[in-house]
Amino acid sequence: MHKRILKKGGGGLALAPYSLWSVLFILVPLIFVAYYAFTDSNFRFTTENIVRFFTATSSIKEDDGSLREVHTYLVIFMRSLKLAVISTFICLIFGYPMAYIMARAKARTQKTLVTLIMIPMWMNFLIRTYAWMTILQDTGILNGMLSNFGLGPVHIIGTETAVIIGMVYDYFPYMILPIYSIMAKMDLKLLEAARDLGCNSFGVLRRVVFPLSLPGVISGITMVLIPSISTFYISQKLGNGKFFLIGDAIEGQYIANNLHFAAAIAFILMTILLVCMGLFKYITAKYVCGGE
Amino acid sequence: MKKIIELKNISKAFDGEGVLKNISLDIHDNEFITLLGPSGCGKTTLLRMIGGFEQPDEGDIMFLGERINDMPPHKRNVNTVFQKYALFPHLNVFENVAFPLRERKVPKAEIKEKVESMLNLVMLGSFAKRSVTSLSGGQQQRVAIARALINHPQVLLLDEPLGALDLKLRKDMQQELKKIQQSTGITFIFVTHDQEEALSMSDTIVVLNEGQIQQIGGPLDIYNEPKNAFVADFIGESNIIDGTMLENYRVSFSGHTFGCLDKGFADGESVDVVVRPEDVDIVPCEDGELSGVVTQVTFMGVHNEIIVDIGGFKWMIQTTDSVNVGQRIGISLEPDAIHIMKKSKYSGMFGDYSSYSNELDELADPGGDE
Repeated sequence: MHKRILKKGGGGLALAPYSLWSVLFILVPLIFVAYYAFTDSNFRFTTENIVRFFTATSSIKEDDGSLREVHTYLVIFMRSLKLAVISTFICLIFGYPMAYIMARAKARTQKTLVTLIMIPMWMNFLIRTYAWMTILQDTGILNGMLSNFGLGPVHIIGTETAVIIGMVYDYFPYMILPIYSIMAKMDLKLLEAARDLGCNSFGVLRRVVFPLSLPGVISGITMVLIPSISTFYISQKLGNGKFFLIGDAIEGQYIANNLHFAAAIAFILMTILLVCMGLFKYITAKYVCGGE
Repeated sequence: MKKIIELKNISKAFDGEGVLKNISLDIHDNEFITLLGPSGCGKTTLLRMIGGFEQPDEGDIMFLGERINDMPPHKRNVNTVFQKYALFPHLNVFENVAFPLRERKVPKAEIKEKVESMLNLVMLGSFAKRSVTSLSGGQQQRVAIARALINHPQVLLLDEPLGALDLKLRKDMQQELKKIQQSTGITFIFVTHDQEEALSMSDTIVVLNEGQIQQIGGPLDIYNEPKNAFVADFIGESNIIDGTMLENYRVSFSGHTFGCLDKGFADGESVDVVVRPEDVDIVPCEDGELSGVVTQVTFMGVHNEIIVDIGGFKWMIQTTDSVNVGQRIGISLEPDAIHIMKKSKYSGMFGDYSSYSNELDELADPGGDE
């Protein structure tokens, strides 16, 4: 299914600016991250930072007041992962049908919907998160509206729910757009062929539309999961700082001028994500697409 | 023969524009029927209606006596070979063909057996594991046919299936399709705009134009006895001349009276006379009933195609004789070379070769005079 766009040897010169860009702004920073992760403050090789990530412990207070010893960064990582996976899942559940409906709408409606989805992205991410603070506060817009109906107030700000709402809102377009663009290109004759060969509407969706839209789903998941697993701002503002995430940990270490440990956390996070995405792609290609 | 599909007074409009106008047609069991017409004549819409992808605005579609207007495609015992095959790119050859069987939850062993024998039928036995995107046009075509036949539909719909193939392959596939149709006994409804394809494959041809049926008949009937100027022109080449029926078996045109085999017209009725280019005999001037000057000669391989100006009307003649531009020749017509048609709305629109082969010049220079 994957076609090579450029043949080997051809277009080398045309690629030069992009290669330079990639080297300067992607490869070099990555090398620096790895370099810092494996060195100490005197720039001597060490694995201490990596080991620290897996072994550092701290005690947390349970609800009943007793203290419990936990692996600090592993707990933080799992918490980040949980929130990111939940947000990605919600984005997928709502984004997929939405993308499907958009791709089947009239050309004009499609354009309008794409614009509507993109408009929030024109505003700064920090401002949008602040807006959610005012909406979700205990005395905020949402509770104001609920009390008009004699409901609430509900306490949302500072909960995991608030953090998830923030992530879903901020990253939703990154789920919809790749799925939409692949569905809009889908050959409608294939859907007719499936109906012709005995599929009802659900069968068409399950056996043709879904497998063909998988590349879009995979890029959508990647584009939502990765930023939401490493976010720190949303959890600080909407979680009232109560939910320390892996992004917060990196930021904290960085601000404390502990660059080597910050780099180590970033490096580990990146490695885990790369391995997970690789496995995910491999499995979907093998078992859903009929082994191409 | 048993009627399998009946179309009764079907009409359909898209955005207020009528694409099918009061079409009635019976399709019989084990028949190879071709819907033939130029693009936009409504043939594909008619096919899609039988497949269940369009609903008629008026009229009924009957399948073995049962009205199926509102029956969805997946419930109809009809399968389609789509124009560009519409193979599933995420499935290999085997899985494409197995697709309808898996939908019906046929046991695995049976699927394997059926798909393999079907792939052998279309001569793709060793291609089962290949990706469909790696196949040539002709091979994709075979996969599409295998996939459409595996459910043993009572009717197979083919929407210009050979259009994307090159000439040689197209000829081979025509033979093969005909063979498959005869060996399976499935009714084939074939849509094409290629009249040669229609003539060589079909039991019955339905000629369509502007959403209306122009003529229904066997290939020989359609070719030899076209009903109007449109059919005469669309199927093969035709010289269509204004004439007057003097009485039964006698017709006058181009200033001469000819014997013919047609009767049943009013005496003195104005008619269209069809003469096929291959039915004209070239004779010395003094022996011919008509004579004219050769204005153009094109070598076509088997024969020469010549244009002759006879009294201001340009005829096309196909001959194996060699003639030269500017030469004056006589022509002679046997009674069976002449076919008489009633006047229709297409009279005068076709069958005159005066603009023949100048078309390209005119396109290139629309303002130019000759």
